[in-house]
Amino acid sequence: MQTTTTPSQSRLQSLVKGDSLQRFLALGALVILLLFFSVISPAFRTTQNYIDVLVATAVNGALAIGVTFVIITGGIDLSIGTGMTFCSVVMGMIVVQGGMPLWIGILGALAAGALMGAVNGILVAKLKLPPFIATLGMMNVARGLAQILSDVKPIYFDAHPEFYDTFMGKPIFGIPNVVFIMFGAGILASIVLTRTILGRYTFALGSNEEATRLSGVNVDAWKIVVYATTGLFAGLGGILIAARMTSAQPSVGVGYELDAIAAAVIGGTSLSGGEGSIVGTIIGAFIISTLTIGLSIIGVPDQWKLVITGLVIIGAVWLDILRRRSRG
Amino acid sequence: MVELLVEMTGISKSFPGVHALEDARFELLPGEVHALVGENGAGKSTLMKILAGIYKRDAGVIRVKGADVEIPSPHAAQQLGISIIHQELNLMNHLTVAQNIFIGREPRRGFLLDERALNTKARDLFAQLHIKLDPRKRVGQLAVAQQQMVEIAKALSFSSDVLIMDEPTAALTDVEIDELFRIIRQLRERGVGIVHISHRLEELKQISDRVTVMRDGRFIDTVLTADASVESIINMMVGRTVYESTPEVPERPDPTVVLEVRNLQRGRVVRDVSFQLRRGEILGMSGLVGAGRTEVARAIVGADRIDSGEIYIHGKRVVIHAPTDAVRNGIAYLSEDRKRYGLTLGMDVETNIALASFRKFANAIGWVRVARTRASALEYVKSLAIKTPSISQRVKNLSGGNQQKVVIAKWLTADTEILIFDEPTRGIDVGAKSEIYRLLNDLAQQGKSIIMISSELPEILRMSHRIVVMCEGRIAGELSAADATQEKIMTFATQREAVAAA
Repeated sequence: MQTTTTPSQSRLQSLVKGDSLQRFLALGALVILLLFFSVISPAFRTTQNYIDVLVATAVNGALAIGVTFVIITGGIDLSIGTGMTFCSVVMGMIVVQGGMPLWIGILGALAAGALMGAVNGILVAKLKLPPFIATLGMMNVARGLAQILSDVKPIYFDAHPEFYDTFMGKPIFGIPNVVFIMFGAGILASIVLTRTILGRYTFALGSNEEATRLSGVNVDAWKIVVYATTGLFAGLGGILIAARMTSAQPSVGVGYELDAIAAAVIGGTSLSGGEGSIVGTIIGAFIISTLTIGLSIIGVPDQWKLVITGLVIIGAVWLDILRRRSRG
Repeated sequence: MVELLVEMTGISKSFPGVHALEDARFELLPGEVHALVGENGAGKSTLMKILAGIYKRDAGVIRVKGADVEIPSPHAAQQLGISIIHQELNLMNHLTVAQNIFIGREPRRGFLLDERALNTKARDLFAQLHIKLDPRKRVGQLAVAQQQMVEIAKALSFSSDVLIMDEPTAALTDVEIDELFRIIRQLRERGVGIVHISHRLEELKQISDRVTVMRDGRFIDTVLTADASVESIINMMVGRTVYESTPEVPERPDPTVVLEVRNLQRGRVVRDVSFQLRRGEILGMSGLVGAGRTEVARAIVGADRIDSGEIYIHGKRVVIHAPTDAVRNGIAYLSEDRKRYGLTLGMDVETNIALASFRKFANAIGWVRVARTRASALEYVKSLAIKTPSISQRVKNLSGGNQQKVVIAKWLTADTEILIFDEPTRGIDVGAKSEIYRLLNDLAQQGKSIIMISSELPEILRMSHRIVVMCEGRIAGELSAADATQEKIMTFATQREAVAAA
């Protein structure tokens, strides 16, 4: 077997160039932020606060992991925020009103998410709607359905204390399980993205959809699968947020999609498709929560928080474009 | 009688605005190399894309190995043992070489992809084909010629019975072309039927057994290559006798220096390049693919940022940071990739022709004088013989040669003094080529100054008053028309680092 470079040599090479550099940059930025806030604010550097940051990232992290798939294909999903709410309402209906066991509710939420994602996929792949429009429409549909199903009233899980205990229970270091679930989902997503056909086709679609089609791949079917995957993670997000609030709140959710997309983009996922990673996305999600919580603790008013977060997103994408230009 | 591998009869196909194929016909025997020729717009690519499952025919019958078949998708074609090497690259730039080649057929271990087996498979394929490529390299980082080799390797990896090659040698060097032909001969011995679409008639004489000529979407004739002369093939393609006009005897051009480039430097692609361009001159730029000619042109017009160097127009120093500066200073660049850089495919002929000159066509408040853009477009459609149903036709529906004429019309409208043509006749048939040569000569006679970048040596020798040869980013040599020969140009073009010492 002929080799052109030794495996260890090429791994080092690939670490120094390309995507990994963006990941290092994002990681570096996160570390700097954490250090910054920890140094200037005693309230920030408490254990409880670090745990709060972790928990705050869990829901956004789940959504961001999901949306990474769709963005890599060159598409977008604006419906994951309200979709998340819809799934939590579905879970509420199944468990609280339907009286079914918790695990069926969980499966129901995931299935609802995947189904919604599949509908997005069909709109994009078969009806050829631009992803922005298709998912914008579904965003409203999901919001409406959530309100219809719940009769515009929150669904409380008080009768099911095991829900809160399972997800927010803290068996390890006082860190609630939601955090580990998010990381677990991240690991699973990363494996799928880098080591399975679904992941390979996700990148192929984003890199050159026409070439992928001409290569004999059923592009329409796989696109639907990718969008369904994103929807699945919206379902996960719905479960996690319902656990945190011990209720399904039909009015929550709008705006979550933007934080998720921002996380993915800050983490190095390119909006033009073909590039991205789960690790980067998770780092991006942490950057957002660190920034939000940190600014809050040091007393920055909400309005200014928004401005700063917005500037950070612009800066991250601009850096990414510069880096891409110098490489290409 | 040997059974036909492929038999296509009565094939018709229309696109909005054009009848691409009308009762077209084609057949292929196993173990033959069958050339398919015709002018641009003759329908050869379309016919083969139907065979490859990329387009659906409107009418007609396709038989593969004696059985009637439907080919609704590229996948279906692959199943039937048909594979195609595309004219335009169809690769996923973010994926590696191996990932591109085996997409849809990745080796797996359970649920997960087996990347190591994938790379091994690729290396085995390359060993078989004697190709030097790193399977782990991102395709986006490869040179165009290497990307073309990836396309070829991919098509060959299917072990098909029918291999369609659409202009496979366009981006290749002579060495790679020889390799490709060796592979083709190997496949022919194995009984594979090969369809070779190309404009390079001399090449086809070397490699093909039979030639089919198409014109205006119809089948004209199939002849044995041995029996047909290049001239007779051209006659069939064009439907009239076209004789290659004798090489221009260029008059002593005006010695006025219109453009001077000094010490142009850009990384390692443009290295200390200096030359002059005179009025009414056609300066040929020759060199191997990748020598840096396009990069020099792009640097001059500001499409890429230079590290250092100066540009003088009529003796005055000009600073060019972007193409708008270039156009303002009277320099036009016609890129080699006309679809990507020369045209807005979704817009009509009229708009494309006016695209570089809207300042002329709009009044003070930005209102576009449609009467003027229309008149201008009509004038050029006529004078350049652009084949289009109307000036409102979307440019993407025109054939390659006519698209090129639209690009030329655009720059003629902009009325620049200096024109840089990058591979002006690439992918264009013989008939349209002569028209473009005539056009270039007319422009030079009118006093315009032209730089012509070309990889076709006969073209360079025929058209240029002077020739500049590039090699690995440097100017390796300069020749006058009188002194130049193909051998001398090639010597300069392959001199590599030896030149640096000189």
